[in-house]
Amino acid sequence: MTTNTKGTKQAGEVDRRHALHLLKSMLRIRRLEERCAELYSAMKIRGFLHLYDGQEAVAVGVLEALTKDDAIVATYREHGHALMRGIPASAILAEMYGKQEGCSRGRGGSMHLFDEKTRFYGGNAIVRGGLPLAVGLALADKMQQKNRVSCCFFGEGAVAEGEFHESMNLAALWQLPVLFVCENNLYAMGTALKYSESVMDLTSKVMSYDVSSAAVDGMDVLAVEIAAKSAVEAIRSQGKPFFLECRTYRFRAHSMYDPELYRTKSEVEEWKGRGPIKTFIEKMKGQGTLSDADIETIEGDVAREINEAVAFAEACTWEPIEDVARFVYSERRMP
Amino acid sequence: MAKMTMVQALNLALRQEMERDENVIVLGEDVGVDGGVFRVTDGLHEAFGEERVVDTPLAENGIVGMSIGMAVYGLRPVCEIQFSGFAYQNFHQIENHASRLRWRSQGRYHVPMVLRAPYGGGVRALEHHSESREAFWAHIPGLKMVIPSGPRSARALLVSAIRDPDPVIFYEAKALYRAFREEVPEEEETLPLGESRIAREGDDLTLISYGAMLRPTLSAAEQLEKEDGVSAEVIDLLTISPLDDTLFVTSVKKTGHAMIVHEAPMSFGPGAEIIARLVEKAFYYLEVPIGRVTGYDVVIPLFAREKDYIPSVERITHEARRILET
Repeated sequence: MTTNTKGTKQAGEVDRRHALHLLKSMLRIRRLEERCAELYSAMKIRGFLHLYDGQEAVAVGVLEALTKDDAIVATYREHGHALMRGIPASAILAEMYGKQEGCSRGRGGSMHLFDEKTRFYGGNAIVRGGLPLAVGLALADKMQQKNRVSCCFFGEGAVAEGEFHESMNLAALWQLPVLFVCENNLYAMGTALKYSESVMDLTSKVMSYDVSSAAVDGMDVLAVEIAAKSAVEAIRSQGKPFFLECRTYRFRAHSMYDPELYRTKSEVEEWKGRGPIKTFIEKMKGQGTLSDADIETIEGDVAREINEAVAFAEACTWEPIEDVARFVYSERRMP
Repeated sequence: MAKMTMVQALNLALRQEMERDENVIVLGEDVGVDGGVFRVTDGLHEAFGEERVVDTPLAENGIVGMSIGMAVYGLRPVCEIQFSGFAYQNFHQIENHASRLRWRSQGRYHVPMVLRAPYGGGVRALEHHSESREAFWAHIPGLKMVIPSGPRSARALLVSAIRDPDPVIFYEAKALYRAFREEVPEEEETLPLGESRIAREGDDLTLISYGAMLRPTLSAAEQLEKEDGVSAEVIDLLTISPLDDTLFVTSVKKTGHAMIVHEAPMSFGPGAEIIARLVEKAFYYLEVPIGRVTGYDVVIPLFAREKDYIPSVERITHEARRILET
């Protein structure tokens, strides 16, 4: 009896700690994106900017299921994935500022965050551009007998593109360890799924390639985490690809230029009611595992992290003009 | 005449051509309900309905391939690719089909389609959202490659492109979309494809440019006049391919000095072909080697260094003075 109670208590404590970690992770992304929006308005960040608000549970849940040896291929809405992968907020923000201390030397900006250390193979400004790349990484892993997973994020808009289908077929045909994560937020910029797909159940598409799949509520971080863990386990044990559809919603416009003529305010509000952070907080509070003091602590930590990152980005420098031609060709000598 | 931005002028061209010819169809990603990423197709969906203003899925190869099929059957599709950098995906359909069907079928099948795409820098975005790769298309026989330099030429050239019997790649400079207004007549106006124009007359130096680079080139010409007493002639190509060399060859025979300004990287860019023509046709009239002010042979840098990459008035005048002092 005593052992049991003690055991439950420990498990409960672990659960609470993990839940707080998940919550903090989502809040780190949310607050970073909010700050990005401000910095864009203040003209500190230029170019295009695509924010992740509403979809945080996907990046957080999926990345919990991966190890540091696995590879990540992301999209142009990738700030959250980069942050969860362990790229410091400072290096991400410096990149968006176009500064050379940024994770892509200030050359990529918001859409092209890259980081070799964390095996982050980039954001990608081209919808579906990363899918064949991820398949290639996985093929190389298989050829070199490395037991790693290549995780590729993309939106549902990518499903209409030819490379999606080529990639699914190749990954299945050659039994490659790829986790395909489709973040289905219902709109490819302004085009709703119903106007772009003859069959709206996306998992049915990969079935025809004999790729195992699951669809999960992408607004529920725990559900995403569980689904991703079991997908990764299947990939590692069977050496085959897996397609995970996370059904989610983006709260903000596609980019900072989007007039959002394609959806109603009430639809957005309805989805906000199902927001991943809001519902997770409600759930934890309901279980008595989260207090207002906890939230305050987390928010304080997150605010500090982001303030420091902004200060860092501000202090960073631009790549000298004489370096602009570097890395067009290799600086390595032929052996 | 109403004063219009280039976005409004392009919209006018599309609207009037759709009214005039029911075979004109607009298609692309978010061109319908949303009115296009740069709002060029704004209002067309309401005016002409979803059958003629078609929102497509993200499928560039499909969009262009379908446009070719529609064109072969007599429709006049005008497809929009959101950024010229996204058109690499449909390169295959343009290169292997649009440009060759007439030749392959010995003139029996025609592909009267237009591919519109925003190109060039000026919105401070990365790579494919800012680059100028017109040379890719200009290198393909069977295609026409058109780049207007302002609202009025944009409107007149788009009308001509839609009516043209051959496939036309139509690049619209993002930097010009809302940069300035020009008087654009409500009544029909066209400009012939394959013909350049003299944008400014002069006797001492010929500056050859097009698209977004025309304005800084004209400003540089004004500055040279004012500060150096140099009279520069400016040629606006309007069509990159097939290249009209008559005006610039005539001009260089007069001035003896030639310089090219474009945003595209230097090597194998349109300037290289222009120089070749001048060497072939005006070699003995050239007093000094031909100059070039272009983008550099690197990926266009992100916003922090965009200004250093894109030819500026200062770079143009600097090079012009170097040539004139040679």
